[in-house]
Amino acid sequence: MEQSTREAYGNTLIELGRQNPDIVVLDADLSKSTQTNLFAGEFPERFFDCGIAEQNMIGIAAGLAASGKTVFASTFAVFAPGRCFDQIRMSVAQPGLNVKIVTTHGGITVGEDGTSHHAIEDLALICSLPGFTVIVPADAIETTQAIKVAAQTYGPFYIRLSRPKTRVVHAPGYKFTPGKAVTLREGKDITVIAIGIMVSAALDAALSLARDGIDCRVLSMSTIKPIDRDAIIKAATETGAIVTAEEHLRRGGLGSAVAQVVAEQSPVPMSFIAISDVYAKSGKAQELLQRYRLTAGDIESTARSLILKKQK
Amino acid sequence: MSLSGQGAKKEQANPEASADNKAEAVTFMQEKLPYNPSLSFEEMAAMAKRLRRHIVTMTGKAGSGHPGGSLSAVEIVTALFFKILRHDPINPRWPERDRFILSKGHAAPLLYAVLAERGYFPLEELETLRKLNSRLQGHADMTATPGVEMSSGSLGQGLSFSIGVALAGRLDKRDYRAYALLGDGECDEGQVWEAAMASAHYKLDNLVAIVDHNDQQIDGWNCDVMNLEPLPDKWKAFGWHTIEVDGHDLLQLIAAFEKAKQVKVKPTAIIAHTIKGKGVSFMERNLDFHGKAPNAAEIEKALEELK
Repeated sequence: MEQSTREAYGNTLIELGRQNPDIVVLDADLSKSTQTNLFAGEFPERFFDCGIAEQNMIGIAAGLAASGKTVFASTFAVFAPGRCFDQIRMSVAQPGLNVKIVTTHGGITVGEDGTSHHAIEDLALICSLPGFTVIVPADAIETTQAIKVAAQTYGPFYIRLSRPKTRVVHAPGYKFTPGKAVTLREGKDITVIAIGIMVSAALDAALSLARDGIDCRVLSMSTIKPIDRDAIIKAATETGAIVTAEEHLRRGGLGSAVAQVVAEQSPVPMSFIAISDVYAKSGKAQELLQRYRLTAGDIESTARSLILKKQK
Repeated sequence: MSLSGQGAKKEQANPEASADNKAEAVTFMQEKLPYNPSLSFEEMAAMAKRLRRHIVTMTGKAGSGHPGGSLSAVEIVTALFFKILRHDPINPRWPERDRFILSKGHAAPLLYAVLAERGYFPLEELETLRKLNSRLQGHADMTATPGVEMSSGSLGQGLSFSIGVALAGRLDKRDYRAYALLGDGECDEGQVWEAAMASAHYKLDNLVAIVDHNDQQIDGWNCDVMNLEPLPDKWKAFGWHTIEVDGHDLLQLIAAFEKAKQVKVKPTAIIAHTIKGKGVSFMERNLDFHGKAPNAAEIEKALEELK
């Protein structure tokens, strides 16, 4: 079953808006795409469209937050933090204000719009900022919970959602805990740590590997920052090899964050499923995932090679 | 009264928690606190001179800082903090306070001087400017200093922040006002004009932008580096009620701020014509002192002039 994470976001905002009169939502002329228009429809007085001006939007968000509001600010992942990085740095991160930047259209599954709209650096940028909690939910169920957690937790959050519908990997009763990796599949031979749409690809890869007797653990690292060090160290010591998978550039995202922990605490062979140092082009989402080697098959073959390395 | 570390986080987590009963708070203010000490015009002029002395001394002691753009905005800040603003130095986060947002964050020495004079922290602390572990950071830092509303220093961001503050006031039905102080060179930043457009769009008549128009920026005169003129016309075109004043004339400034309170449905921009380094002969219009502190001899000479 597939569900839209941005629709989950829009609906959750309405629910939160009913509970908490201090929730204010901002958008930068993309409210139909980010689904903040759902909140705008019910609470027009608490919704501000900032027009195509992301820098200003972040500043407004900071001012509202400094005045006691819980602010959700949305646009495409390519525009925040990219278009307004310094505003996020100085107006939100430095003072640690209660601003939740929720972006949609993360990664290259934006598809046909091409390079200008592919968000492949956002995690590197936002993870570099002290004090930010950074979440990439794996599905709509987790999105709903992550948005609620963000609303209830004081401080800056970045939550990255996708354009296409995302396969549901969590059971309806799933409980999201920020900062904790979720073990979606146990395994002892190798671990795949994934985020976003790559989580379901990792599960598919694990299924294929199992047919050949390879026991692959799958972790969903939905909170990239602060990262679950214990789960990473445990995976390294218990399975001896780690593959990371993300719809992002190889540098500065999930892979880098995991590698830092592994290198410091428990060095084991690693491989990285991510976009190498290039910009992707236009195409259908599935075509792009294949072209830039972000499929279950890529995870599977990479895992096989890594296991050989581990055995050497 | 430490605002560092956990204390600051906690306070921010619930910034508007205390003194929420507006009527009670206002009565308290009127009866107990000299938030508008009735300084005579002469006393305000003397205060402006005191602030200038602080700026010279503190940047001199720090060995770095931005005296030029601090000195140019002295009267603007004096008029606000000693006449216009409704605020409470004892309770810097009083929800009903007017907000002064220093967008040109390099004028932090001026802000610190006036906050100290108004009792937000001891005057002696001014000597700690830019020193390790000081609450007085090189540029304004809302997590460090009581009375500082926004962390600034990266130009162009304060007006956007002020929009958020003004919108929150409207949502909460509070009648406080937001005052943003911008530099003229700062108006090179595109974000200023994004914010200018949005302020008018949201009809924020509780928002005032003051441009400290001293005609100079680091690389030279505005007109040579990046021409801003006609600056008042630009603000007008963006939908602002626009007032031009002599930015060193306290009476004109106070009149402009009072006039802004009467303007409805649109924000007010006050273009304050000033002189960079005002008050110290060898600093006036001297770009060397944009971002350079006076040395010992210069401090002595400046203080002599500011007697």
